[in-house]
Amino acid sequence: MRWEGENMLKVERVYKSFDKFLAVNGVELTVEKGQLVAVIGPNGAGKTTLFNLITGMLKPDRGRVVFNGEDISKLPPHDICRKGIARSFQIANVFPRLTVFKNVQVAVLSQQRKSSNFFRPAHSMAVDETNQILASVGLLGRAEHLAGSLSHGDHRILEIAIALGNEPRMLILDEPTAGMSPDETSSTMALIQRLADTHGLTILFCEHDMDVVFNTAQSIMVMHYGKTIIQGKPEEVKSNIEVQEAYLGGADA
Amino acid sequence: MLKNFSLKSLFACLVLLVILLILPPILPRFYTYIFSSIFVTALLAMSLNMVVGHGGLFQFHHGAFYGVGAYAFALLLYKAHMPMWFGFIVAPVIAAFTGFVIGWFCVRSTSLYFGMLQISLGSLLWAIVFRWYSLTNGDDGIHGVPIPSSISSSSNAYYFILFFFVLCLVVMYLIHRSPFGMTLQAIRDNPARCSAVGINVRRHQLMAIVIATFFAGVAGVLFVVLEKSVFPDLLFWVLSLEIFIMCLLGGWFTFAGPILGAAITVALRTFAGIYTEYWTLILGVLLILLIFFLPEGVMGFFVRKFGKRGGEEDALGRGEHAEG
Repeated sequence: MRWEGENMLKVERVYKSFDKFLAVNGVELTVEKGQLVAVIGPNGAGKTTLFNLITGMLKPDRGRVVFNGEDISKLPPHDICRKGIARSFQIANVFPRLTVFKNVQVAVLSQQRKSSNFFRPAHSMAVDETNQILASVGLLGRAEHLAGSLSHGDHRILEIAIALGNEPRMLILDEPTAGMSPDETSSTMALIQRLADTHGLTILFCEHDMDVVFNTAQSIMVMHYGKTIIQGKPEEVKSNIEVQEAYLGGADA
Repeated sequence: MLKNFSLKSLFACLVLLVILLILPPILPRFYTYIFSSIFVTALLAMSLNMVVGHGGLFQFHHGAFYGVGAYAFALLLYKAHMPMWFGFIVAPVIAAFTGFVIGWFCVRSTSLYFGMLQISLGSLLWAIVFRWYSLTNGDDGIHGVPIPSSISSSSNAYYFILFFFVLCLVVMYLIHRSPFGMTLQAIRDNPARCSAVGINVRRHQLMAIVIATFFAGVAGVLFVVLEKSVFPDLLFWVLSLEIFIMCLLGGWFTFAGPILGAAITVALRTFAGIYTEYWTLILGVLLILLIFFLPEGVMGFFVRKFGKRGGEEDALGRGEHAEG
């Protein structure tokens, strides 16, 4: 392959079918350390399935997922998380009956391997770390609100905050700006950019908004019908005719 | 532990405890017995609520472990002639071990499948106890379990049971407030998300089941201390249903709700049971009314009505948002 840098994540010819439907059909993806990588493709291209395969929510039928030189494709989700991959979900996936603070605290405690501590009161543990994360995403003012009562935009931000609780080396964001207003979208993208810069995070995300993708991502992978069409720098992708047919000029875009 | 627990509620608990301590000399023996019975049942309901209300697991046949604890204790004393303290320690451990074995299978499936598997495996225990005549006396049960005379009088049994009831409650409360308890509630809300933040969901659920069945075992031992007998009905699914209803009645998402649920059910059985053997009809009507008017349970209703109290914020949260 062309990429010379340090490969953090490598998805090697991965297949996944549901009954007879091939959702992911030999996908290839490379993420270098410190990169901001976007996956684009029309609805149903298999982006979320790909993310589920990387994070262990689904097991590939064939192919490997290699993270930092280690094959992680057969590990359960909690072990993959321990290796340093944290994710957010496309459909807001928080703990609605817990406060915003506790939502993040659960992840921080898990990261500190304190989830099975029995006799210390939880409310005094990991407070600083949790508050720091909430402050960095701008949710500190809503720490004591119940997660179920947040607005849609804040829900999505909380998603990211929970993922940060695991001190990940790599963050996978499944459509972080889905359903957001243009204002919210740009502020969320600024947040993601900032997280990548300040935490030195490697970020893999998928997104529908083409402007957002071409402005922020350093590498773009295009998926169509479960296949990788191309992965490359934004300019390369833009000029690729096949992509224009499949996506940019297509009815779905 | 006491930081979030307001002084007012601490004071209320102490007053309640003092009242409970001076009850036996004042009350007729029958009422002392009823109160002891409420404590035993409440402990059982509390242990169930750990996994059902806070853990979100459909532990449909929790009574089985209560029965295992009771039978283990009775057999150790009656057949093996072990000292009482030995039985007291070993019986809950046996119950917890049974919980571990059954739970090990059950956590592999989810929601209703978990519940159905749990009912079948629990009923298997009932069948063993019912059929193994040479060991358990089958449906005759075991009567006259030799309880030391120091705790066999009704008021001494009351104090003994009250002591262990309160002790277990304190330990359960600590667990409820610990990272373990909080993580368990997070798993109830969203297991997939939990595994995505690095929590081994099955292991965590299994641990919760072991702890809950241990406390069910303690309740079983206390039952024998009170009744001095055991019978297969303790493991029958009807009893499991009853304690399930107690949790619902008191309020799933509160910590102390099941105590209230147990008190209501035991009182109803005792006092309405005098007039009619169909007292469960009244319970049924109550349950229907409850589901329509107090879906949070009685305790959940009070917590909502009279504001936030330590450790019970979950009850407040329910209903302010749609599921998921």
